[in-house]
Amino acid sequence: MQIRLNGNLHQISEPIAVSALLERLDIDGRRVAVEHNNLVLKKAQHDSAIVGDGDEVEIVNFVGGG
Amino acid sequence: MGDPPLTIADKVFTSRLIVGTGKYSSSSVMVQAHEASGAEMVTVAVRRVNLTDRHAESMLDFIDTDKYSILPNTAGCYSADEAVRTAHLARELGLSNWVKLEVIGDERTLFPDNHALLDATRRLVKEGFVVLPYTSDDPVVCQKLEGAGAAAIMPLGAPIGSGLGIQNANNLRIIRQFAKVPVIVDAGVGTASDATIAMEIGADGVLMNSAIAGAQDPVAMATAMRLAVEAGRLAYTSGRIPRRMYAAASSPIAGVIGR
Repeated sequence: MQIRLNGNLHQISEPIAVSALLERLDIDGRRVAVEHNNLVLKKAQHDSAIVGDGDEVEIVNFVGGG
Repeated sequence: MGDPPLTIADKVFTSRLIVGTGKYSSSSVMVQAHEASGAEMVTVAVRRVNLTDRHAESMLDFIDTDKYSILPNTAGCYSADEAVRTAHLARELGLSNWVKLEVIGDERTLFPDNHALLDATRRLVKEGFVVLPYTSDDPVVCQKLEGAGAAAIMPLGAPIGSGLGIQNANNLRIIRQFAKVPVIVDAGVGTASDATIAMEIGADGVLMNSAIAGAQDPVAMATAMRLAVEAGRLAYTSGRIPRRMYAAASSPIAGVIGR
């Protein structure tokens, strides 16, 4: 199955919790914000939100800007 | 006669300069420039995490959040929905429910889409955000934004990154007269005198990024901007002399020898 991760197609073998996905991507969940199917997740939801086939995930952080 | 400090929502600022974090040649130059500017609030953008370089440093590695308030922007958003979505993500990053709200209407000028901006302002204010909209230098739009609950109004001096300086001083003067919330001139500053002019008009603060980050010596320019904002504010509160068409001698008329 595949998801759309930050705009790009990404393969996953089975539905996966957001926290596990972040871990697999080597991303510290405390330092990013995650949107799952257009809904912004609270950090406490990272364990319970399950990403499945066709889902869209956006992972963002702060960068330089004016 | 003390000048009351800049207060936006419930936050009190000693400095009237707000600076950006973009376009710096290195993080260490940025840190030094921030220090030199004396600013107490810095803007940041919200972007996708780089998944191919997962150890890329976060902007927050370089900003002491005990020292600087974080003002996330919605730069790059072209609709109210995108801007609201970005504001939600920014808030979830956990440092601020403030937002420098940008809804861009045209990519060449980066002028705001004021209709969408007003819509996004209303929605975010209702959700409890402290909204600082980046807007055109249009007094009517600014009044509407204030009516929608904006915590400050941020009219542009000139297009973002243009360095053209204050293009419509009279509009900014009117905006300042109308507004009951702080007016922060955001964008268009090129050099120190531009910031001073904004402050002399009565702006409560100035926000800039490119003018400092793009200077050949950003740290020295940050110092210049700190002084320029202070000078402009002092000149404004000191009450300048009226302009007149003819000369008015500074030395006594009486007692000139030989008359």
